[in-house]
Amino acid sequence: MRETVAERWSRRVILTLLTLFVLVPLYVMLSTAFKPLSNVRDSFTWLPEKLSGEAFVDMWSTVPLGRYLVNSLIVSTAAAVLSVAIAILAAYATSRWRFRGRGVFLASVLSTQMFPGILFLLPLFLIYVNIGNKTGIELYATRTGLIITYLTFSLPFSIWMLVGYFDSIPRELDEAAAVDGAGPMRILFRVLIPTAVPGILAVLVYAFMTAWGEVLFASVMTDETTRTVAVGLSGYSTQYDVYWNQIMAASLVVSVPVVAAFLFLQKYFVAGLTAGAVK
Amino acid sequence: MTTTVSAPDEAPPAPAEKPPKRRRRPTLPYLLLIPAIVLELAVHVIPMLTGIWMSLRELTQFHIRDWSGAPFIGLDNYKVSLDFNSATGKELLHSFWITVAYTALVVALCWAIGLMAAVLLQRPFRGRAILRTLFLTPYALPVYAAVITWSFLLQRDTGALNHVLVDQLHLVNDRPFWLIGGNSFYSLVLTMVWKQWPFAFLCLMAGLQSVPQDLYEAAYMDGAGFWRRLRAVTLPMLRPVNQVLLLVLFLWTFNDFNTPYVLFGKSAPDQADLISIHIYESSFVTWNFGLGSAMSVCLLVFLSIVSGLYLFFTRKARADA
Repeated sequence: MRETVAERWSRRVILTLLTLFVLVPLYVMLSTAFKPLSNVRDSFTWLPEKLSGEAFVDMWSTVPLGRYLVNSLIVSTAAAVLSVAIAILAAYATSRWRFRGRGVFLASVLSTQMFPGILFLLPLFLIYVNIGNKTGIELYATRTGLIITYLTFSLPFSIWMLVGYFDSIPRELDEAAAVDGAGPMRILFRVLIPTAVPGILAVLVYAFMTAWGEVLFASVMTDETTRTVAVGLSGYSTQYDVYWNQIMAASLVVSVPVVAAFLFLQKYFVAGLTAGAVK
Repeated sequence: MTTTVSAPDEAPPAPAEKPPKRRRRPTLPYLLLIPAIVLELAVHVIPMLTGIWMSLRELTQFHIRDWSGAPFIGLDNYKVSLDFNSATGKELLHSFWITVAYTALVVALCWAIGLMAAVLLQRPFRGRAILRTLFLTPYALPVYAAVITWSFLLQRDTGALNHVLVDQLHLVNDRPFWLIGGNSFYSLVLTMVWKQWPFAFLCLMAGLQSVPQDLYEAAYMDGAGFWRRLRAVTLPMLRPVNQVLLLVLFLWTFNDFNTPYVLFGKSAPDQADLISIHIYESSFVTWNFGLGSAMSVCLLVFLSIVSGLYLFFTRKARADA
């Protein structure tokens, strides 16, 4: 199938424009992070007046970024691992058994996407505070509370993608293991999980990203000691000054690991989506 | 999605599915679902029901300490929210329409740009892998990092956009405001599209991979040009992906809180006052949680109706696919 000249050139023009659209903000983020503060105060420049690592040094003391990063890291990792573990169990059940209520389960999992976050933010906040008052188990403004909250955010999509992934693993593999005397849980751990590693990793990254980027609940459900970077970044704009270079440097530090992990695993992500969505 | 059938299976998968071990009434699948169900109940369903309960109470700062004792006022909160002659109702209706416009623009643009990019990247060419990776980057960025970068670009005095428009191209003399006033709506749309279109791209790319190449070859042989192939082959084959994608994009955009919150802070300009920000303000700034809950419930009802209708009208299409 040959491409006409017109098609080739319109493809090039459109892709160039799209590349610019995507690239310009990324470039601004990167270049601003290497500008000295004096350079971001008045007027914008495309190139830094001089390359400076100042922002990367100062950002740690302007706001307690280190503490926020540790909080985010703990919360996001725990939420992602737990969410994926729970999703694996649920996806295994849904993919391998035709039980009563299976359709209802899948549908209701997806319908949680419909709930406006704002609707259950306040009740959840009040429930957490109440549990704390009544039982002494502190969930409000703790990492545990945030972990529990976040893991449910990524759960629906994780289950959905993993069902697709598990469905694409031939049942003959299960049966071969069953013939060897493996029980259902053994089949899960010895056959399905090892075979689905790429999909599981993709879902893990997705769950991590969800928790790492969440703003609304983090702004209500944390205090100074448990604050995550998502909320902490707002600390760089004070009444007197906005430290744009530090904001960009901090954004960069916060983004690079997630972006790298996502881009590295994106083909499995596509595979999971294909399996989950296209069917 | 439509599998509601239970025990005696549809014919094809059945034989493969019943190794001797599983002939008993299955309890294991239910056990495996318990953690997921318990957590979804705890964090989504119970708070949602609590939210509905709260919407029937007069829950203001006076009762927040002992919120279970807040006086029951029936549907009064709903009456106030939906009385479009009162100030509260007017503002809610205003932000509803803003959100409708915002959602329509964002979903349409994300889908169109995503489809364009996915189609153009179908054909192998040098640099394709790099472009694909680059296009996915905005989606992988944490929301606040992406939005904060845009808020920097859109600053009146120190932003890149005004630098280009005013200092470099001399198109405008007076530096426009992008984050307050009428322009703020378009700034919001632009920012959301920038970070959300790659998701459409990702899904559509995944969908295109399942389109058999010989369909294109056949259409090409028949003399179908680019647009004809797009309309006759690509779009019909993408239908199942599109149906899910558009619904998810709609729900995410309509409920979007992060973008306006990071771009404008707690109180958005009037012209870009999305409904979730508006409800947040009504609850947390004026401390009227009962009223805020009533508004959220109205929002949920609206979203359920729209999603329900959407699923209903696309069901036939999905059954055919």
